[in-house]
Amino acid sequence: MADEPLAEELEEPSSGTPQPSQRFPAGFGGLAGALAPLATVVLAFVLSGIAIAAIGKDPLRVYRAILDGTGLNWFFHPGSHSIRLPFSTTHVWFPWDTASTAAQNLQQTLLLTTPIALTALAVAFAFRCGMFNIGGQGQYLVGSYVAVWIGSSLPHLNSPLHIAFAVVAATLAGAAFAGIAGLLRATVGAHEVISTIMLNWIAIWVGSYLLGLGGPLQNSSQPSILESKSVVDGAKLPVFWGPKLLQGLSVGVFIALAMLVVYWLVINRTTLGFSVRAVGFNPEAARYGGISVARNYFLAMAIAGSFAGLAGACDVLGWEFQLGQPDVQASQIGFIGLAAALLGRNTALGVGAASLLFGALINGTSGRQLDPTIFRPDLAGALTTIIQGLVILFVGLNLAGGIAWLRRRRRRTA
Amino acid sequence: LTRPRTIGFAGIFLGALAFWLALPPLAARTAALPVAVGIAALAAGSWAVTHGARRPGFGAVAAGLLGVAFGVLATRSSTAHLDQVVVWSALLAATLRYATPLLYAAIGGLYAERSGVINIALEGMLLSGAFFGIWATVWAHSWAGGAAWVVGIAGAAVAGMVFGAVHAVWAIHFKVDQVIAGTAINFLSLGITSYLFVDKYGVNGTPGNIDQYGIPDVHLHFIAGWYFVGPILGQLNLMIWLSFVLLVATYVFVFRTPYGLRLRAVGEHPRAADTVGISVFRTRYVAVIASGAIAAMGGAYLSIGFVHSFSQGMTNGAGFIGLAALVFGKWRPFPTWAATLLFGFSSALADRLPSAYGNQWGTLFQALPYALTLIAVAGVIGRSIGPAAAGRPYVRQ
Repeated sequence: MADEPLAEELEEPSSGTPQPSQRFPAGFGGLAGALAPLATVVLAFVLSGIAIAAIGKDPLRVYRAILDGTGLNWFFHPGSHSIRLPFSTTHVWFPWDTASTAAQNLQQTLLLTTPIALTALAVAFAFRCGMFNIGGQGQYLVGSYVAVWIGSSLPHLNSPLHIAFAVVAATLAGAAFAGIAGLLRATVGAHEVISTIMLNWIAIWVGSYLLGLGGPLQNSSQPSILESKSVVDGAKLPVFWGPKLLQGLSVGVFIALAMLVVYWLVINRTTLGFSVRAVGFNPEAARYGGISVARNYFLAMAIAGSFAGLAGACDVLGWEFQLGQPDVQASQIGFIGLAAALLGRNTALGVGAASLLFGALINGTSGRQLDPTIFRPDLAGALTTIIQGLVILFVGLNLAGGIAWLRRRRRRTA
Repeated sequence: LTRPRTIGFAGIFLGALAFWLALPPLAARTAALPVAVGIAALAAGSWAVTHGARRPGFGAVAAGLLGVAFGVLATRSSTAHLDQVVVWSALLAATLRYATPLLYAAIGGLYAERSGVINIALEGMLLSGAFFGIWATVWAHSWAGGAAWVVGIAGAAVAGMVFGAVHAVWAIHFKVDQVIAGTAINFLSLGITSYLFVDKYGVNGTPGNIDQYGIPDVHLHFIAGWYFVGPILGQLNLMIWLSFVLLVATYVFVFRTPYGLRLRAVGEHPRAADTVGISVFRTRYVAVIASGAIAAMGGAYLSIGFVHSFSQGMTNGAGFIGLAALVFGKWRPFPTWAATLLFGFSSALADRLPSAYGNQWGTLFQALPYALTLIAVAGVIGRSIGPAAAGRPYVRQ
């Protein structure tokens, strides 16, 4: 039996999976907590700037062009404009022009920020319970399948009811899908990293089947095109800013904002949040204190999955309106959400800011926004992936703490 | 002979037989045959479970159920379709081709995880090997001619070692969470290879003549004429044979040499290993860097041995299936190899089914490896438990 793993009777003193406190050496709050992510982003952009310069382009010009495409420059050009109040015809003064090109770019950025923030919450919530949910992508996809299925059927349903039904069903689907991983962790202790990776790929291939030739979700009136039917008008989320037919901004962004608040409230102001954090901080102590660790593992995963499922609903009902097989294979939203959660250090404010950063970056480097004479959009897309990788790579390092350590060390040697 | 274990494995065999009977060349046309054999498999399985052999027993039950389901499905489809899909020699040769990148990734992962470092960066390492392998080959073609592939494999291995070294420094030295570091490397690899690919090859893609100076196939002329075996083994890529060598070498190294014992000791109980004078840090560094090199060679096979081109993100989850195979094979070389073959077979089948049946339910076979691994970690068919210290940075005291 030489190939048995080495004797189990050897005891490892510090057993169990790494806890958040070990994963991030620095605390979640404080000045260092905000400085380190900033330092991370600056470092990632500097290194990517070197990559731009390496192929003979001017990094500053490229970054400038990307920034212009994000629409964030909208805020830099205040003037005297007017805006119509909701549910009325009254116009009031407003400092920004809501119909400018920059405004349209900003709408696209916010459309992208919405699912990123929600999938980031899916990572963050599980993280607070001491679990690493890599399955945001799969949960997002499952949510979007359900949303496109319900959204494209039932054409005569009352519109608000239809939206609510599709959104709730997609959310529950995400919760159930993540719940599998939560249940496995809670009952047999299966590591959630492995199980969520597997669930991601199961979601991708099941989606490829659903939307493939003759698949159940594929549009049967156009059998050769690997796309679903379109979501009926009644199930589309209302657009409140920008042209309805040209991907204006839907109310999905408010759903994401509301969920950031809900996340903060649940984590910081409820018993559930307390027990989730207690389990995340130290499962043994939580169990000793009478908290059911298994129950919290399951609940935390299911709630995390519901955020991601909701993200799928916001995308499908907010601007995509149909799903194609290639989209399913190429989608990376859940992984961008993962990066945003890590960069935002799993706090509501941090996740919101990091999601806006990534949403802006992806929109700014898209073929639709970036001037190809300055930088090729497909190169810029790859650059975005590099920046995400660098951010994840450096965010685990305690940069601020590292600088402090270097300074102490220099003082000692001097 | 009547030991529960033996009966259990016999049940697994019967389950596979139930399916096989309904396929060419026998192609039984009545559903009764697979059902009868499948029930025998179920009986053997349940007997084995009740007599203590839970793992093979449940395996037999699962095999019996699947055998009946697929067997009945096969009897209801036309023989013409079956003949088109199930050409055993072609199917098995395709299985080997699909399984090889998975095997390289899985063996790479085995070294890292046995040393106590979780490596979910296998996907990125595979991809870096695929790109830098083809890059080095194209670069070397001008001066090395037909032997450019040697430089290609070396280039791939170096790229994998660089990513492995980054993972090692982050996981071992900086003590960053290994899953986060691995995720970062997957992103970095996807980004860097795409960036360089677009910059270097642009819209035209990699040169179309790489099959002339890529990794050659091994033509075994004396075997080629043999019945059945000939078409499978007669013309396989050099990297496939090399993967078998690597597999045996890995088994011998990890389980039959003192170095392997040290590697496993570091992965199971680093403190004890440190106490007896084994350098935990050095062992882990070597293991993780080797892990990158091996996984990247699988990528080189993919790009310059198999498809002879590169496209962005072309590994498309192969690294993760390799990781799944490692988990499914319980971090042991030969069971892991069996898992890669099973997963390769399901990919090969998924590839051939749509051509005959015109719809895509065969696509679901692509999800099979992941579903099976999920079941394996769930512990229904014997729990998969990894090295004890995997994922935990070592702090010297």
